[in-house]
Amino acid sequence: MGKYIVKRILLMFLTLFIIMTMCFILIKLLPLPAIREMGRDVNLILAKREQMGYNRPLLVQYFLFLRSIILYWDWGVGEQMYEALSVWGVLTTKLPYTVMVNLYSILLSIPLGLIFGIYAALKKNRWQDHVISTLVILFISVPSYVYAFIVQYLFCYKLGWFPLTVESLESAGFFSLRMIRSMMPAILSLGFGVIAGLTRYTRAELSEVLTSEFMLLARTKGLTKAQATSRHALRNAMVVILPMIIGEFIGILGGSLIIEKIFSIPGVGSLYITSINVRDYNFFMALTVFYTTIGLVSSIMIDISYGLIDPRIRMGSRK
Amino acid sequence: MSNNMNMTNFPKEKFQFAQKDERLHDVKFETKAIGYFKDAWMRFRKNKSAVVAAVFIVLLLLFAIIVPFVSNYDVQFRDGYYRTVLPKSKTFAQFGFWDGSKTHRESQAGYDYFRAIGVETGREVVKKITDETKDAAGITYYTLKVDSYAKVGFVYVNLTADGFQKLQEYQNETGIQVIYPLQESYRVNYVMGNMGANLWYKLADPRSTSDGRALFDENGNFMHNYMTTANKNHAGYDSLRLPNDTGGEDGESWFVYGQRNQSGYKVRVDYYEYFKYTNGFEPIFLFGTNAHGQDIFTCLAAGARLSFLLAITVSLINFTLGAIYGAIEGYYGGVTDMIMERIAEVLGSVPFIVVATLFQMHLAKRVGVLGSLLFAFVLVGWVGMAARVRMQFYRFKRQEYVLAARTLGASDRRIILKHIFPNAIGTIITGSVLAIPGVIFSESMLSYLNIINLETSSLTSVGTMLANGQGYLNTFPHMIFFPALFISILEISFNLFGNGLRDAFNPSLRGADE
Repeated sequence: MGKYIVKRILLMFLTLFIIMTMCFILIKLLPLPAIREMGRDVNLILAKREQMGYNRPLLVQYFLFLRSIILYWDWGVGEQMYEALSVWGVLTTKLPYTVMVNLYSILLSIPLGLIFGIYAALKKNRWQDHVISTLVILFISVPSYVYAFIVQYLFCYKLGWFPLTVESLESAGFFSLRMIRSMMPAILSLGFGVIAGLTRYTRAELSEVLTSEFMLLARTKGLTKAQATSRHALRNAMVVILPMIIGEFIGILGGSLIIEKIFSIPGVGSLYITSINVRDYNFFMALTVFYTTIGLVSSIMIDISYGLIDPRIRMGSRK
Repeated sequence: MSNNMNMTNFPKEKFQFAQKDERLHDVKFETKAIGYFKDAWMRFRKNKSAVVAAVFIVLLLLFAIIVPFVSNYDVQFRDGYYRTVLPKSKTFAQFGFWDGSKTHRESQAGYDYFRAIGVETGREVVKKITDETKDAAGITYYTLKVDSYAKVGFVYVNLTADGFQKLQEYQNETGIQVIYPLQESYRVNYVMGNMGANLWYKLADPRSTSDGRALFDENGNFMHNYMTTANKNHAGYDSLRLPNDTGGEDGESWFVYGQRNQSGYKVRVDYYEYFKYTNGFEPIFLFGTNAHGQDIFTCLAAGARLSFLLAITVSLINFTLGAIYGAIEGYYGGVTDMIMERIAEVLGSVPFIVVATLFQMHLAKRVGVLGSLLFAFVLVGWVGMAARVRMQFYRFKRQEYVLAARTLGASDRRIILKHIFPNAIGTIITGSVLAIPGVIFSESMLSYLNIINLETSSLTSVGTMLANGQGYLNTFPHMIFFPALFISILEISFNLFGNGLRDAFNPSLRGADE
């Protein structure tokens, strides 16, 4: 198992390195954004660009870029937005919003998804199951931005339950009621899809386990249905469900670009969109690496957690 | 008992040939063999929800294909006055809904304004007064159902001498009055849209501080405030006139229907009729219009067409690329597989949004926005398809029948194409179909986020429509409602249809639910 993990992590770094290199070259091949001359000294900016090595060969630039990251964790400074502020610094101030919205929505969704899924599996092929399954298909298919529009229209405009914009961290803090209330529309919009996905997954897994033979054995040895379900069926179903939840948890860093835009949440997603629109390549590069890393890490964590949760699945252990 | 006793000696004549004339042999099946696709079709047909979904998909496709041809409007159509009008259907309007009306809360002045338009055009603007309240200061407020088409009322247009003449001829021919007298509105400060072309009635307080309430005569009717011939620069007019206008025969009330200015004639027209005159059809927008005055029905169909076209192209290309790549990987295995897997994994790990952005920045100028988007989808889209095909190849390549084929001397190409590939076809078709809603969703998301910009004068996309409508979500939700509804139905249908296909192409489910 240890060997497998190490191998996977090394491969991850290799993949990340290749993607970083490709993106860096592609970004550097783009023309530099024009200097806005209003109230600036053009020569100063040109000199600054020269000093930062923008006119040197690509590979040298890449080497410098990697060196500053590895030695000083320096991802450059903003050039078109957040001027002269460190990219990493800005990113870390934006991250809490993204994490918070997604964390709350997952914390809300996981119990609900599990409950609906378990209920549907226990009532399989009865009307309760059919209702839940139909709703799941509906909710899984409809894109999250459609929920966002509905939630915004209904709860923010018509009923006025929630404010239109998210409170700032400085004024409201992480766990205040005001903060949660202002984030509620985004949390809800994100939640529907996650709940539906988890319900479908749980139902499929659990209903498969429920029909297996060890469940019959559990009942014959005298366990009640509730006992057999909670002690045997659920534990076995969790082997597959838990990795999915873990994957979701890492995915929350990535957040949802579209939800952040609709509810104007000042998170990483908005930062990314702005960096594209104003052509700030340092931010764009850093965020590309950020998103890629999240994707890679979450897929590794899913694979590894299978092995950790269930000793029967130890991939590569015998190789 | 006695019968059993006689078992040993049956009389010979009791025996009979069961079969004498024909020779017995295996009878060939009368029925036709059920092939792979027929089998799938039989199973698919039983899945009611998938069939319904397929019907919906066909309807949406027809909508996207046919509507741009038959619609009165096109994407380029923009109307400056019928902006943000609400959805209206001629059939349903009779029953009191889908009639393009919107609830307004107005003061006395606003109520007068709408009512006056109705009086002058003869088309009801205020459909219903649902509520009448007085606030603390004693001012009355009305809650009205206002026809968003009729409330446009009158506008000023500048016509050339020729155009003015033609419009008069049109009036004479059809007997429909388009041109209405100009009004003495220079002293009115109360202007509400359309540059005050709708203030034909006398106001209670004509000073600049007017609150806009109307002045009524003793019968409670509006009193007109038309410009008369006392004003100079009036143009010659020889066509339909208002009933109370004698055309100067009594030397008194002679209203001015056109006023000369630098470029031609300033004319006040009933916009509903004028629209019919210029466009040749009635202004009815089935799904309403957006803030540019574009017909949402037509734009949606055009956007849907673009989305479908993009998605189907992407799906076909990825289908081909993925199948070839996956087949090579899966069939040869070993080092080939390892290297190709690595490449696929690297490409698959780049977030799609990054790929789309980079392609947009690099290629949009050279191959166009749509082209670069297509490249982005193709670059990363085939990875999933290749993985699926690869798995199928791993499953089937070690089977005995493949070994048999190889022993008989079949080439690699023949084994891949004739023996293994047909086994993967179900997975591939399902994958391709399920890829279509994914592409449409990504496209709408990217254009919503303004990472790609598909909006030109003659092009639009569903995502663009959503993005344009977002600012009006509170006031004109119909702008977002229809694109969102379209994309929701599309995603649901494709998911159900794809699930149905997946089950249909899975022979192990044969007869499972009988």
